[in-house]
Amino acid sequence: MRLHPATTERAVVTLLWAMAGITICALAFIIIFILAHGLPHISREFLADSPRSMGREGGIFPMIVGSALVAGLAVLIAAPIGVATAIYLTEYTREGRLTAVIRFGADCLAGIPSIIFGLFGFVFFAIVLGMGLSVISGALTLTLMVLPTIIRTSEEAIRAVPQAYREVSYGVGSTRWQMVTRVVLRSALPGIGTGIILSLGRSISETAAVMLTAGSALRMPQSLLDSSRTLALHFYILSREGISMTNAYATASVLIIAILALNLFAYWLMSRFVARVR
Amino acid sequence: MNCPATPVEPRIETRDLCVSFAGKPALKEVNLCVYPCERLAIIGPASSGKTTFLRCLNRLNDLTHSFSHAGQVLFDGREIYAPGVDVSDLRRRIGMVYATPMPLPWSIYDNLAYGPKLAGIRNRVMLDERVETSLRSAALWEEVKDRLREPAHNLSGGQQQRMCLARVLALRPEALILDEPCSGLDPISTGKIEDALAELKSRHSIVLVTNNTKQAARSSDRTAFFLMGELIEVGATEQVFTNPVDKRTNDYLIGQFG
Repeated sequence: MRLHPATTERAVVTLLWAMAGITICALAFIIIFILAHGLPHISREFLADSPRSMGREGGIFPMIVGSALVAGLAVLIAAPIGVATAIYLTEYTREGRLTAVIRFGADCLAGIPSIIFGLFGFVFFAIVLGMGLSVISGALTLTLMVLPTIIRTSEEAIRAVPQAYREVSYGVGSTRWQMVTRVVLRSALPGIGTGIILSLGRSISETAAVMLTAGSALRMPQSLLDSSRTLALHFYILSREGISMTNAYATASVLIIAILALNLFAYWLMSRFVARVR
Repeated sequence: MNCPATPVEPRIETRDLCVSFAGKPALKEVNLCVYPCERLAIIGPASSGKTTFLRCLNRLNDLTHSFSHAGQVLFDGREIYAPGVDVSDLRRRIGMVYATPMPLPWSIYDNLAYGPKLAGIRNRVMLDERVETSLRSAALWEEVKDRLREPAHNLSGGQQQRMCLARVLALRPEALILDEPCSGLDPISTGKIEDALAELKSRHSIVLVTNNTKQAARSSDRTAFFLMGELIEVGATEQVFTNPVDKRTNDYLIGQFG
């Protein structure tokens, strides 16, 4: 049976709309469900206080600090390494066995379940290097976990910069490094930024890896060598051990809002940057 | 063949320049001189080595990994492929305009100031002055003087190419090499660029690669004809066009091939 092209077109458009609609609806349902259960319990005290009786009472302030420390530190370490690797792969070396190995390694790393990263981090950072269950152990573990994402997204962004820009830059007498910093990175920054934000989001929401490396202490971390519980882990423990479902939902709401705010802020920054450059 | 005897020292000179890419020869023993204050046009069919020759002069071929060369390229009597040559400095002294307009995704001003800034000029007044004089030389100043902060992408194709010429002039180069700079442009824009080149030849050596033989006839002092990587002949433009020495030049000019 052969359909009229216009009929096919209509059918395809409807189908695509339906698919997009299902995705949006599922996402919206989850977010609304959690916010509906959690938002009513969020108060100034909940955000600013320390938890009491295992989190059944009190607030989540130490967890907010813990999340910010672990995820922030992880991205702070991973971003320069990842972007530098991407620059090396795209601008400073020829395609060859070495680049293939690095890229294959990054892809493998990206496919490893986070609990394995957690196990590795626990053995290597916490025990072998003697950092114990701490903010720094957790951050370093997350660094390894998000590194592939940053490398590959940065690489894509750098590759998308037209080759002609590089020739123009060389043509007016730039060195390679000047070309990379003033032309390539300047054009690739929105793409690189997106990768970094994705990584930050993933670091904040990661649970299994930080449970094994940053631990789950309820008190406020005093140093990077202290154990700290992140928001995601707090939510997991509250719900898993049946401590307080209301506080679990409230914690999840804070987590969702934080990630949403982070993304919006980042996109705002990026659009401002793009507007300035173009 | 050798450079014709003249009282002036050549600005650019190639001696037995051979180039190959991944072992495949692209230029064979090219001996060609460019003198101060002249416009040399290079004509020839596709893949005759015109662009390759041009890109040897500012060492842009270095970016191609499979590139290898033999022979000499002299600029003001000095071998530019000698170890220790400052390639950035060379590219500032021999400015190149590409076949397609390539504005960087910045404002007009930033496009023009990029080269001078790389050369270490930080002074605002000096940068402004360079931007203005080079835009004037490229016959673009009047059209863009009120919109220097606008994105260069907003310019028309012809304006973009004149901006690219201005961007190179902002380097204060001694020689200009242009790779089919008018190939995508309308006749009016082409005319403006040709006029600018006629003006510029009083201060620069100009090498113009072109697929448009009429353009070569119009706006060059000497013409060189390349075929399959060889320099077939070079001479005064009028002589090459009216009375070429080599039969192949004549065949090309009357449209037998290419």
